[in-house]
Amino acid sequence: MGSLANTAVRYAPLLIVLVMWEIIATAGPLSNQLLPDVMSVLAALWDLILDGEIIRHGLRSLTRAAAGFGLAVLVGSAAGLLMASFRPVRLLVNPVVQIFYPMPKSALIPVMMIWFGLGDMSKIVLIFIGCLLPVIVSSYNGARGVNPFFLWSARSLGASPAATLLQITLPAAMPELLSGIRTALAFAFILMVSSEFVIAKDGFGYLISQLGDGGAYASMFAVILVVAAFGFTADRLYGSFVRYQLRWREP
Amino acid sequence: MNRSATPTVSATPMERPGSRPATAPGPGAPLLGAWRGIGRRLTGDTMIQCLVVLVLLAAWETVTRLGLVHPFLLPRLSSVLMRIGANVAAGTVFADLGLTLYRAATGFAIALVVAIPLGVLMARNAGVRWFFDPLISVGFPMPKISFLPIFILWFGIFDTSKIVMIAFSCFFPLVSATYAGTLGVDKWVVWSARSFGATQNEVLREVVLPMALPQILTGVQIAVPVALITTVVTEMLMGGPGIGGSMMQAGRFADSVGVFAGIVEIALLGALVVRAVERLRAYLLAWHPETRR
Repeated sequence: MGSLANTAVRYAPLLIVLVMWEIIATAGPLSNQLLPDVMSVLAALWDLILDGEIIRHGLRSLTRAAAGFGLAVLVGSAAGLLMASFRPVRLLVNPVVQIFYPMPKSALIPVMMIWFGLGDMSKIVLIFIGCLLPVIVSSYNGARGVNPFFLWSARSLGASPAATLLQITLPAAMPELLSGIRTALAFAFILMVSSEFVIAKDGFGYLISQLGDGGAYASMFAVILVVAAFGFTADRLYGSFVRYQLRWREP
Repeated sequence: MNRSATPTVSATPMERPGSRPATAPGPGAPLLGAWRGIGRRLTGDTMIQCLVVLVLLAAWETVTRLGLVHPFLLPRLSSVLMRIGANVAAGTVFADLGLTLYRAATGFAIALVVAIPLGVLMARNAGVRWFFDPLISVGFPMPKISFLPIFILWFGIFDTSKIVMIAFSCFFPLVSATYAGTLGVDKWVVWSARSFGATQNEVLREVVLPMALPQILTGVQIAVPVALITTVVTEMLMGGPGIGGSMMQAGRFADSVGVFAGIVEIALLGALVVRAVERLRAYLLAWHPETRR
């Protein structure tokens, strides 16, 4: 009971903001077009769920984000570990990473349009590239920090290079790798929405701009809030997954 | 930078583990380490890596010259470079990049001016913390770019909505870094300053802010790329001058040379800005152990 009250007090500001929104929207000088009130946004959301629009577009978006992000996690962590462990790999991959790392990834949207058109592929590849770099860099930095004595011990006990990589380097890189993947998760959502704003025929971003162009602002606000909620939930779920994964670490 | 993880591959004396012990980035900056090393020393490794880049560029030119790729999908490197040269000569590249940089910098500066006082206040005042902490912890992981249509609705399609969008995106990493940094300041140092008779303002200016500065700058290093990404997206969506708008226009007219020239230009701008922020960090933290190691 006490913890429930604590939670209520902790999250009260969110409720205050909602109430302020409602007051400004209904009583304020702003027209209802510029700021639809909370109730009509909720009603619009309910309509979008009932006619299946938001579910259809949402599934498209989330599939793309998951595909690009998942591929980036697999390829990126492997590339980072290999870069840290094998010098030729490092010398080959590092310059490419150095060039692409500081580049604003959204600049690739027009190229994706040229290469892959309006379909799924353009978005998946963009999300993949955007998520790949933080994963590679964190995996590399984490693996670089592995205590060399562990590697020497494993070698002297007869571990193969593959076993050393998977059983010594990967766990050692894990804390930093997991924090890089968190950055990548945020990028996945940002790139998903931005690419769908610019080039798409379905997905959350497309739905938002379509509703905005059609003047259905309450529905537009509803979809935006849903996307924001998805980003928030994904991050929180990932956070608890990380805590579970790293439970072996001393606090 | 190239500290070997395995003892067997230490080629140059400099690479041996332990000879350059602390080049791994600090805990606050896990993603910024890899970029930090380039150009620091012209070792044999750096030469090989430059060679890799040159080979890749040569492969680009060869593949396109042999006609293995359709020039629409991948234009020749030489024609991209010539386009950039023409853009430089005509001055359009400076107009585009300058406008992009101006928007990114203005939005970032607004975020900075709001976020740093708020972060400090949150760490020092329980009421402020109570109100803003849940808002920021909810807002931080949200994809802020999805709010762009709302800003377009409120502020129109010109600079205002772009700059507000950029400020909104940069605000969250900056405020949480400032809050965490200020909260983590060693209480003993603050108490010592107080006992020597320092006023509240002096403690803030001379002790709290400098001690929190490394973490604040890490927030800056996260927010600056966010500002650039957001600027490019807003420009692509709303069109008009600016590098994002120019690239989008080139894309619509199937001018892939223009698109690739834009990518190279924005990549250069990104690299310059990221480097400049690193220099700034080294300059501002010249007194800090992280710079001397």
